[in-house]
Amino acid sequence: MKLLKILPVVLLLIVSGAQAAGVEVKLDRAPVDERNLVSLQRGAQVFVNYCLNCHSANYMRYNRLQDLGLTEQQIRDNLLFTDAKIGDLMKIAMDPKDSKAWFGASPPDLTVIARSRASHAGSGADWLYTYLRSFYRDASRPSGWNNAVFPNVGMPHVLWELQGEQVMKEAKVQAPGYVKTEQKLALAKPGTMTPIEYDYLVADLVNYMTYMAEPARHSRKTMGIYVLLFLGLMFVLAYMLKKEFWKDVH
Amino acid sequence: MAASQKQPVTGAGPFNGILTWVDQRLPLMQLWREHLSEYYAPKNFNFWYYFGSLAMVVLVLQIVTGIFLTMHYKPDAALAFASVEYIMRDVPGGWLIRYMHSTGASAFFVVVYLHMLRGLMYGSYQKPRELIWIFGMVIYLCLMAEAFFGYLLPWGQMSFWGAQVIINLFDALPLIGPDLSLWIRGDYVVSDATLNRFFAFHVIAIPLVLVGLVAAHIMALHEVGSNNPDGVEIKANKDPQTGHPVDGIPFHPYYTVKDALGVVVFAIVFSTILFFMPEFGGYFLEYNNFIPADPLKTPSHIAPVWYFTPYYSILRAATDDFMWALAVGVIAFVALIVLTATNKTLKMGAVAAGAVTLVAFFAIEAKVWGVLLMGAATLIFFILPWLDQSPVKSIRYKGVLFRTALTIFIIDFIVLGYFGTQPVTTAGTLISQIATLVYFAFFALMPWYSKMDKTRPEPQRVTL
Repeated sequence: MKLLKILPVVLLLIVSGAQAAGVEVKLDRAPVDERNLVSLQRGAQVFVNYCLNCHSANYMRYNRLQDLGLTEQQIRDNLLFTDAKIGDLMKIAMDPKDSKAWFGASPPDLTVIARSRASHAGSGADWLYTYLRSFYRDASRPSGWNNAVFPNVGMPHVLWELQGEQVMKEAKVQAPGYVKTEQKLALAKPGTMTPIEYDYLVADLVNYMTYMAEPARHSRKTMGIYVLLFLGLMFVLAYMLKKEFWKDVH
Repeated sequence: MAASQKQPVTGAGPFNGILTWVDQRLPLMQLWREHLSEYYAPKNFNFWYYFGSLAMVVLVLQIVTGIFLTMHYKPDAALAFASVEYIMRDVPGGWLIRYMHSTGASAFFVVVYLHMLRGLMYGSYQKPRELIWIFGMVIYLCLMAEAFFGYLLPWGQMSFWGAQVIINLFDALPLIGPDLSLWIRGDYVVSDATLNRFFAFHVIAIPLVLVGLVAAHIMALHEVGSNNPDGVEIKANKDPQTGHPVDGIPFHPYYTVKDALGVVVFAIVFSTILFFMPEFGGYFLEYNNFIPADPLKTPSHIAPVWYFTPYYSILRAATDDFMWALAVGVIAFVALIVLTATNKTLKMGAVAAGAVTLVAFFAIEAKVWGVLLMGAATLIFFILPWLDQSPVKSIRYKGVLFRTALTIFIIDFIVLGYFGTQPVTTAGTLISQIATLVYFAFFALMPWYSKMDKTRPEPQRVTL
């Protein structure tokens, strides 16, 4: 009987475990903060400047960026570079057929990429944060770039001017009892940013992409707290009501 | 009864007049009394008795949120994925409705599985409640169909490939297989035609059947009365003056206020998931489903949603080698019948059926048997009332054999469920195969172990 009583708990524990997925790479934790408006605004700026040329965000509207503390005029002036209207979706002009011919695969839509890239290895933000910092020079690839998180990726390193060029170095590491080769990324040619500045830039970009994947994320949590407070009150009332009615049942 | 003979409604204050008017034209007060105010339920319901009413609450939640979703959802392969994101972003409150519906789907299975487990524990399927159990099982099957059809609608990668895998199962059936799967899909692959018909099934056909079955389930329950954790019949012990069971209390107000408390606790758990972890670690909303369906790109790992995974494991367990283990199981089972049965026809029938099954095991490919085993695993619950030969209902008075068997079965079900979410591995397949044998053994051997079990005498009255 004890066992039957703890069963719901056991079920929950199993269910709250992780989902299996593909490639095993240790992902860095993305320092995202959905309340940091400055970071989100900068992320949006990086996104429209660097990503929103090849990648679309077909489910996201420009005027939704008002969530980030911007006015429609500010969005028009700083983030809208096409002839799109402020209420339009973040579409791109590139023909998917062309991009497929150029890159080997059409660049995916990025609206919800921060959700679809989640796995047991980490959140979608973790994946993006690690991915965008793991490009390295590889002469064998058509674009000249490869990626440690996404091997043989079609996308070249768009942010290379900022980060500089990394190379994949093999290093012999003394493991207990044997020598193993470890692959490590190293900065061969610095970019215009220091590695720390670059990490911050990517963190802001990923922060924005996490927001874009679920704009309601912040309001959902805020509302959740009020709902739980209300239900807590309801619980007290329902409990007292039940006690009152049941006091005569023996 | 003629209208004039009916007593006027009292006790409803300013509504007495209108209720009397209605009652003279509709058996309103009779229904109220039979199902609420004078439906006597055992007073010793425990934690496990919340899940029936919770299942009804979730059903209503799914129907209401579903109605609002259909106002904005587009059942069109070119628009479906975008329309879901439209609901999540541009429809005011749309994200809340959508998360209620997606979390509600999993919550439905959580409460239904716990509701079924309650039935298993307290023998609620035993005479005279067999029909309640059967209606319940049909509800469960409908619920699986409803969930399966609904899961295609967001038109993500898992929606698409999950449907593809499951419909392809029908392909494996002998003779009619390929035509049947073509007929279900309406196309050679899962496509717009499939999406449209699944939408029709999901929003109207199955919900109609579900609501009707729930009504039948409750009518059958109220005819014979509820079981309870002691498994004793409260109707056997009536107050000679009032004629009401001494261990019974009116459903209303006692269980309406108690279930209201249950609903609040459920709402707290439900809201915690909905507002703070709507994906629930990829189990309630699979991560891959945020990628639009792409018929040209098969995901490396296709897993159904968690509530189907025990059966998915059983499906995947059927390999060529496994057929030998199954054959041994069938031979042992037939031998057991021959050794213990007294009825000669039963013995002969068992041997004949066993022989046919053995031939079929190796004449028909293992893949087909996977499908059949999966079907059998869900349908076998139907005959449970006749498999349990125990003289007592509740696990409280059943012996060590039944308790052990049920405990193993619960663990087994969770193990099957877990491996169903995982990619295929040698060890995983082996464990799933053993778990599949255990799953069927729980049912197949029940007539023997439930009879041999040393039960304790049931009390005369319920215990609190």
